[in-house]
Amino acid sequence: MVMTLAEKILAAHCNQRHVAPGQLVNVPVDIVLANDITAPLAIKEFRRLGVDRVFDPTRVVLVADHFAPAKDIPSAEQIKMMRDFARAHSTLFYDGGDGIEHVLLPEQGLVVPGDVVIGADSHTCTYGALGAFATGMGSTDIACAMATGDIWMRVPPSIKLVYRGKLRHWVGGKDLILHTIGRIGVDGALYAAMEFTGEAIETLSMEGRFTMANMAIEAGAKAGLFAVDRTALAYVKGRAKRAYVIHSPDADARYETVEDFDAAAIEPQVSLPHLPSNSVPVSQARGMPIDQVVIGSCTNGRLEDLEVAAKLMGGRRVDSKIRCIVIPGSRQVYLQAMEKGLLRTFVEAGAAVSTPTCGPCLGGYMGVLAEGERCLSTTNRNFVGRMGSPKSEVCLAGPAVAAASAVLGRIASPEELEA
Amino acid sequence: MKLTGRVHLYGANVDTDAIIPARYLNTSDPVELAKHCMESTDLGFGARVRPGDFIVATTNFGCGSSREHAPVAIKACGVAAVIAGSFARIFYRNAINIGLPILECVPAAQESQPGDTLEVDLASGEIINITRGRTYRAQPYPEFMLELVQAGGLVEYTKRRLAAQQHAVSDSKRV
Repeated sequence: MVMTLAEKILAAHCNQRHVAPGQLVNVPVDIVLANDITAPLAIKEFRRLGVDRVFDPTRVVLVADHFAPAKDIPSAEQIKMMRDFARAHSTLFYDGGDGIEHVLLPEQGLVVPGDVVIGADSHTCTYGALGAFATGMGSTDIACAMATGDIWMRVPPSIKLVYRGKLRHWVGGKDLILHTIGRIGVDGALYAAMEFTGEAIETLSMEGRFTMANMAIEAGAKAGLFAVDRTALAYVKGRAKRAYVIHSPDADARYETVEDFDAAAIEPQVSLPHLPSNSVPVSQARGMPIDQVVIGSCTNGRLEDLEVAAKLMGGRRVDSKIRCIVIPGSRQVYLQAMEKGLLRTFVEAGAAVSTPTCGPCLGGYMGVLAEGERCLSTTNRNFVGRMGSPKSEVCLAGPAVAAASAVLGRIASPEELEA
Repeated sequence: MKLTGRVHLYGANVDTDAIIPARYLNTSDPVELAKHCMESTDLGFGARVRPGDFIVATTNFGCGSSREHAPVAIKACGVAAVIAGSFARIFYRNAINIGLPILECVPAAQESQPGDTLEVDLASGEIINITRGRTYRAQPYPEFMLELVQAGGLVEYTKRRLAAQQHAVSDSKRV
């Protein structure tokens, strides 16, 4: 029986030769993840279970990143609760400044190809870039999985997304995924697994793939996956903390739908308020006034993202009307950006450079918006009030558009700086 | 069990930031969370909502983050159930797990108006719009979901599973 990539991974974990969409399966998990917002609730539920240990302390990962380093006393209490739990159960724990979970886990080799990962964070789907089946869940699901090491799920139908042709200059993974969500809608892949493929994907960097898989949830998907190829293997080499399995979709696997994209025709994108699906080519958003630019997050806080931004900001200044905040996604990214001189470029350009944190993406801190303000951000959501005041606005874009906009003080295309 | 209450009506894609803004997630206390439920997009909700009321929305209700605080906040407001044309995946699981009844029913969601009185039978999935004299039937829960609900939620269900495993282990030791 033929299977898609998602089906192959789930079948292998369930010790079954075949699984089909709609089938209910109990899946052993490789990694269980929670952060400083979701872990406290999970810990409370875990205690209600009355068990005295987690299923495997080396496979439970707790990351303080959302409001960490702590933004206020209640946040500090939540992080402390998490740290105490991690110590008591000898689980993995990353504290404020170590990194944003979805940048950190792949980088540290904690997630490897073929894994099933569940995380109490909706952007857990990021790890699909490594050929893993990774999905977000709530704290109670995570609490139970911390105890049992498995989770029930329904095998999702798969949707194939084919990107033909070569990407234009300044177009990256963010532009592809914003364009895709613009076409299929914020519930266009509801309950489904997205499988990204095609010529443009084959030449896409690991960073670009993480960005795309990360935003599968913004189309309602359960997971967003890429087949493992040389690019993925090169990334995993030297990082993987465990042996891994490479699964490939069958050539004649059944997909619920197939979406075809002419990738060469896609311009850099901007998603206008208040849904990620409101994406337009940057040429249509050009000139929109902004007050802030954020470059970072689990979506676009990796080294390549900072390199793209630095290329456009090098020798230039952030426009005096706006503020620009740059947030490397992990300590390793921070160090690499320092060694390559990118942090100097950002600071000299007049940007504020922060320690790794989710911070402003969800209106936590480090760049919260006032009433009437508009931010252009490389983050993943532009819902009402996402970054602060319910009367503020967020536009989403990739690092190239963000950097060009920071320099020109309005939404701008990177090509404007080359003219 | 039959529930009777009034409709609070919303459209498509009510996201979890609208249900409970992240700035209040430095606590998981249901009472605190309830104070800020829906405030970013419907400031009057907190004052209007009465115990037993229903939230009714069109499609993709609860999209966005995995925060279980969202169904927790809705439940702590006294909302008896959420009725929508469709739910975002994680919200659906979370609501079941924390014991917030949710019903999928496209026509009931489309034809309700703010302030309508509904009578909802959770066991049968029957929704009666008393104000408009219309009767609907919600999508039944998948069988496994029903098992979870009947067990009293995922934690109780898992407790039983763990106890059964423990039992099996001690039985095999005896042999």
